[in-house]
Amino acid sequence: MPFLATTVSSGVLVLVGAVFLASSVEMVEALTIVVAVGHTRGWRSALQGVALALVALAALVAAFGPALVHVPLSALRLIVGGVLLIFGMQWLRKAVLRSSGLKAKHDEDEIYREKVAELESVGSGPARDRVAFVMAFKGVFLEGLEVVITVLTLGTSAHRLGLATVVAAVAVVLVGGVGIAVSRQLSSVPENAMKMTVGILLVSYGTFWTGEGLSVKWPGNDTFLLACVAIYAAVTWLLVAMVKPRPGRNAQVAA
Amino acid sequence: MSTQPSWPVRVLKGFGMFWWDFLVGDTPELFLAAVLTIVIIDLVSRVGHHNAAAVWLLPILAVLALSVSVLRAVSKGKRK
Repeated sequence: MPFLATTVSSGVLVLVGAVFLASSVEMVEALTIVVAVGHTRGWRSALQGVALALVALAALVAAFGPALVHVPLSALRLIVGGVLLIFGMQWLRKAVLRSSGLKAKHDEDEIYREKVAELESVGSGPARDRVAFVMAFKGVFLEGLEVVITVLTLGTSAHRLGLATVVAAVAVVLVGGVGIAVSRQLSSVPENAMKMTVGILLVSYGTFWTGEGLSVKWPGNDTFLLACVAIYAAVTWLLVAMVKPRPGRNAQVAA
Repeated sequence: MSTQPSWPVRVLKGFGMFWWDFLVGDTPELFLAAVLTIVIIDLVSRVGHHNAAAVWLLPILAVLALSVSVLRAVSKGKRK
């Protein structure tokens, strides 16, 4: 496999880190929904929904993956850079607000309870299996779509689609395996710290590819990615410290 | 009698909604900032040929956008 023969550059390290963490976080979120559906309404429909979502995602990859190769590289890097910049800043913003206590943390136990209550409120009958199927399908498809976008955009721009796919698959299998083993203890996953790291990596890649797409010559080429990671990590730390409510002041934001 | 849109229309609408939520969602300021950053860097780098300025301006604009968005959320939270 060609990707195994390549030397490990800073670009590859950031790529592997971003894809692995982003895929792990999305897998935890999808798994929470599937476990809630499976425990509440039975596994058969839940697993059917999961299977159909995986087929739909595979079809999307088959349809759009090869097409991306034909897009001119500078245009692809500009589009990908812009998307990653926006997506990364959104993740980072949420992570900063959560870390500083201004936004409620993503609680998988709470989400699990909400999903179970929602599923139990729909009575049994002919619609029972359809509800489980649709909820499992939507959970896996929407979270999976974010993994697909991350893998396709980062992988294609860096010319390392194979590596990105393998890393995402390892993350999904690893988190899936551990998740199934611990079943309902997904809340112990340090999701916010992972999301903050992913946000920093995505904004770094977004900055790098946007610049490449606009013909910016980065000092040190790929190594500049590490400088971006350091800059955004420092800014994130500063923002958390800056907006953390002081004792006596208690505010929570909605969005 | 209400007519349901056909499935291609529903798929297209769903696809559009996904990208809208994905890129704009509840943080339109970040979307606008990213578009503005691309325009500014294009002017500085490709049109003005000031590579060194573009190298520092791009991360600075991203940091500025993120900070403004975070502070906006904080001040919105305080007003509630």
